[in-house]
Amino acid sequence: MTKVVTDVVCPFCGTLCDDLAITVSDDGKQIIDCQNACAIGAEKFLHTSAGHGRITRPRKRQPDGSYKEITYDEAIEYTAQMLAKAKKTLWYGWASTSCEAMAVGHKVAEKAGTMVDNCATVCHGSSLLAIQDVGVPSCTLGEVKNRADRVVFWGCNPAHAHPRHMSRYSIFPRGFFTTKGHKGRKIIVVDCRYTDTAKCADEFIQIDQSYDYEVLDAFRTVARGHDIPDVVGGVPKEKIIKAVETLKEGRFGVIFFGMGLTHTLGRNHNIDIAINLTRDLNDFTKFSIVAMRGHWNVTGSGQVLSWQYGFPYCVDLTRRTHARYQPGDTSSVDLLRRKEVDACICIASDIGAHFPIEATRHMAQIPSVCIDPHINLTTEISDVHIPVALVGVEVAGCAYRMDNVPMACRKVVDPPEGMLTDEELLEKVYVRLCEIMGDS
Amino acid sequence: MVKTSTSNLYELTHPDSNPVTGVSWTEHQMTKKITLNLITCRTIQQGVGMEAGKTSQKYFDAASIIHMHEDDMKKLGIMANSNVRVTSKDGTIVVKAVRTREDLVPGLAHLPMGPWANAIVSAYTYSTGEPCFKGFPVDIEPAETEKVMEAVELVQTLCYGPDRKPPARQ
Repeated sequence: MTKVVTDVVCPFCGTLCDDLAITVSDDGKQIIDCQNACAIGAEKFLHTSAGHGRITRPRKRQPDGSYKEITYDEAIEYTAQMLAKAKKTLWYGWASTSCEAMAVGHKVAEKAGTMVDNCATVCHGSSLLAIQDVGVPSCTLGEVKNRADRVVFWGCNPAHAHPRHMSRYSIFPRGFFTTKGHKGRKIIVVDCRYTDTAKCADEFIQIDQSYDYEVLDAFRTVARGHDIPDVVGGVPKEKIIKAVETLKEGRFGVIFFGMGLTHTLGRNHNIDIAINLTRDLNDFTKFSIVAMRGHWNVTGSGQVLSWQYGFPYCVDLTRRTHARYQPGDTSSVDLLRRKEVDACICIASDIGAHFPIEATRHMAQIPSVCIDPHINLTTEISDVHIPVALVGVEVAGCAYRMDNVPMACRKVVDPPEGMLTDEELLEKVYVRLCEIMGDS
Repeated sequence: MVKTSTSNLYELTHPDSNPVTGVSWTEHQMTKKITLNLITCRTIQQGVGMEAGKTSQKYFDAASIIHMHEDDMKKLGIMANSNVRVTSKDGTIVVKAVRTREDLVPGLAHLPMGPWANAIVSAYTYSTGEPCFKGFPVDIEPAETEKVMEAVELVQTLCYGPDRKPPARQ
């Protein structure tokens, strides 16, 4: 008989839906069905067992470019030796593993004196910079569901990137004070293209690409009762005035923002002014702002790094005695572009697919290890690929939702036999590294 | 000058060469180029493909495409689902041009995130750590006869050169 595991947390995006029901085979080894998940979440669960590109033992690249299977011990030896020999190692990733594994990994990083950076560096890094500058009046997604009657999506497209965000929290659900659900909410979408999210909006404001700062500034100016030019960033004045009036009339509003702000010209300044708009709107009603975090546990990586070292990403541990933080200097893309690192470990992420080629190219030249359950594009340019159990599917662990709420992810099936978890693997690397380096 | 035989659909619709320049439609098309503003973002298809596996067909189909406005396709003289070469100051890549379902304005193009997009994204971060993934100019040319590279082939070729041979280790 199959059994159903309920209340499973989905390890794909920052929404961390916690209502999945997964049907597993009676031996507890195979996932047969997945309910309540979005298309991406379902694909993640259903591809675990029959997975495309899943291997069960580490592989080492041979001089001709082919890969040969090696034991976990050999892979751990290679990693520890590489860490001990390198002058400056970049350790990037972390966003798709558990907070427990991160804590162990950081212990290794501290011992070896590496750079530690997570996916925020190519995602919401700009948001973190802005939050450090001006603070962030935020709320949880539960508050959004139960209270929000004005919802703004600025430069984000949850219909594609966080598929169940709209139905669980932001547009459709009925909450304690939002008993009318969608009908009781006014949805405003600001984007440079008419996205699938915009199709659910009451008001769509199409702006010229990369004019977010100007339009946000116009929103602030109108909110403070001043005049603006007839057209700002391709948006007519009347439209901006009407939108600001709508926002002011609400009882509880929230701004969700995404890569449309963090990746365009202005970067952290775009977020800065979006946060300041939120602050201005709080003179009229209650307003919050929430970043649409991408990877399911990228927020967790920021949390763990922050409570260990005081900085959420781009942490330089090479001094060993204290942590440094200087995005632009200690950030992964810049380190690789400037060829400043002489070894690289990519864990639970994919440099090959998601970094600009100039950065990837340097990563491909230096000694490198990729720790990831699947074959991805980084494994194909790394010296050693160490497969691990899939966190959130085969291993339980803590993850943080996009609103900084910690959630306990569940184990659904057993990992393939003999497969190490991130935590076990990193602990073994630590033990070996201590043997090589002594107490220095 | 009247063409007698052709396999090119555009030549069928434009059989005559330009009476002023004497350049045939095929030649004209070969040299045709438009400049668009490019953004790279996630699409749900790209997300599903990624979870199916970075080497899967789903991922290839979802990420090795460029979404363009119909007017821009007309300007370029191509039909939907034909290959184009996209060139930025940082690289060049062949992808398939498709009609977008999330409306774009003319002049704006969209490439889903992935190795194809990152082959032309600049790694310069303006000291923020964040590369410019959205909003950079690209030249687009028809490239019907050129092949779209697979993900692994693409990354290895761009990193190691056409023979895809990794650097020797001591």
